[in-house]
Amino acid sequence: MYLQSLSLLNFKNYTQIDVDFSSKINCFTGNNGVGKTNILDSIYYLSFCKSFFSSIDSMNINHSQNFFVINGEYQLHDKPEQIYCGFEQGKKKKFKRNKKEYDKLADHIGLIPLVMISPYDINLILGGSEERRKFIDGIISQFDRNYLYDLQNYNRALTQRNHLLKLYGKTGYFDVDVVDLYDNQLAEFGNRIFEKRKEFIDNIGPVFQKFFSHISQGKEEVQLNYESQLQQESFDILLANSREKDKMARYTTVGIHKDGLDLLLGDYPLRKLGSQGQQKSYLVALKLAQFEYIQMLCGFKPILLLDDIFDKLDSERVEQIIKLVAQNNFGQIFITDTNPARLNKVLEQIEGEYFHYLVKDEMLTKLN
Amino acid sequence: MDLHQLPSRLLENAVNEFSKLPGIGKKTALRLVLHILHQPKEDTLAFSHAIEKMKNDIKICKKCHNISEEELCSICSNPNRDESLICVVESIKEIIAIESTSQYKGLYHVLGGRISPMDGIGPKELNMETLENRIKNEEISEVILALSTNMEGDTTNFYIYRRLADGKVPITTLARGISVGDELEYTDEITLGKSLINRIPYHGK
Ligand SMILES: Nc1ncnc2c1ncn2[C@@H]1O[C@H](COP(=O)(O)OP(=O)(O)OP(=O)(O)O)[C@@H](O)[C@H]1O
Ligand SMILES: [Mg+2]
Ligand SMILES: [Zn+2]
Repeated sequence: MYLQSLSLLNFKNYTQIDVDFSSKINCFTGNNGVGKTNILDSIYYLSFCKSFFSSIDSMNINHSQNFFVINGEYQLHDKPEQIYCGFEQGKKKKFKRNKKEYDKLADHIGLIPLVMISPYDINLILGGSEERRKFIDGIISQFDRNYLYDLQNYNRALTQRNHLLKLYGKTGYFDVDVVDLYDNQLAEFGNRIFEKRKEFIDNIGPVFQKFFSHISQGKEEVQLNYESQLQQESFDILLANSREKDKMARYTTVGIHKDGLDLLLGDYPLRKLGSQGQQKSYLVALKLAQFEYIQMLCGFKPILLLDDIFDKLDSERVEQIIKLVAQNNFGQIFITDTNPARLNKVLEQIEGEYFHYLVKDEMLTKLN
Repeated sequence: MDLHQLPSRLLENAVNEFSKLPGIGKKTALRLVLHILHQPKEDTLAFSHAIEKMKNDIKICKKCHNISEEELCSICSNPNRDESLICVVESIKEIIAIESTSQYKGLYHVLGGRISPMDGIGPKELNMETLENRIKNEEISEVILALSTNMEGDTTNFYIYRRLADGKVPITTLARGISVGDELEYTDEITLGKSLINRIPYHGK
């Protein structure tokens, strides 16, 4: 599966462009602010029906206009597919597959799997545990509707239980029967979520280590550690034991909403002790593991977008990453960088096709 | 829309009352009010009289909490209905829906909502006690739970189940599964999964 060509009309800084792509590696180089990331974002749009950066569609309309269009021509399982996205100020966003409009955007998401690695993803490493839960949940629920359903129900039951605990704090009234109900439901949904998260981490852990070791050329030891209170005790017992504590705290102190994913470098937390380059390598390896997981589930290779990933990395690691993604295990790749010379040096060493575009003045010029 | 621009306080009052109705905004309210204003006087009086009479004369059935004109509603007082069956629903709307299927000949019990502490609804706000009393005092052979299939509906089902769990009366719930006429390929995974788990014996038709 790959994107053959892309047309943008009034999308962000572009008035109108048409570009053809290689089915392997595509590079965009140019100075800061010329619109390299914007191209990747338009490709992201065609997969997820929204921008990677903002959920407000109108932000993506070129400032002097009132609509934008993104049109992509794909090859999907050896058949041409046309995906169209149009948005006009004040109207409903339109998505079409081969000229036929979708009833629901959700029906489109998943057709063209895609993984983006962006400088903003560093929150996954530096942010709180919620960021990492969101990462895990986002990937699993993309392919498992039952997981998403359990997660939504879990969160509802949790909100209801917390509401009862807060009410107890205010009024002293505690409805044991109803709290029992929610304990029961939390345990039912929570246990299934726990099992699936565990399975997911077990699955991507070794893949992640393989990629990291490739990027760092075996210089560092890394490990992903899933942390959940449910590992020690079954959820219903945890809830029963913590009830008095929860009444004092006025919220639910145990459960899968407290799960964490420890990112270890050697024996230490990466967040505190890792250098910026090590953190970046970690992030790239983690996202590439996500790539392989998605590929395993959908049976073909997602599109890979690498935005500015070479920033902070030494030339050895840059070279390792490019060599890695140029292999046949990966499919079509889009890379941005401010430094054409650095990219060219690596590209010359790899086999296989690549297109190198210079981005300047809202235009793309092919360099090779 | 700025209501202060309306030419009359009387008009403004009427618009305000209409816009309290669910799904009616100020604009629609104004359209309705202007329509009424241009109707013959008799029509308008009949309209307001119907509303007043409904509000004054309508009762709640003391057995099942359905709306009624007598102490007992037309369903509870119908001798042809099977008094040993109780179908538990959230509101009168569900009675209307189930009645329109013509498939059910038993009685109902209107709970008046579903458990949701966030919305200030606990078991005490629901018609639970009268349900328990009916089961204790009448000859009931089956309680059918027909609540919404979301989390709050499940919570309420489970609560009722626990309250009635001395096991004497069988409790059933509506089947969850694919709808009649659905193409399997387009059925969502959750529904399809539930249908598989709750599959039923096949008797050749
Ligand atoms: N809706 C819009 N209309 C017009 N221009 C826009 C719009 N949204 C963003 N831009 C412009 O796009 C430019 C940013 O583009 P982009 O983020 O793609 O740059 P880049 O080439 O990736 O830069 P860097 O090397 O710094 O990452 C900015 O100059 C911004 O003003
Ligand atoms: Mg950029
Ligand atoms: Zn009745």
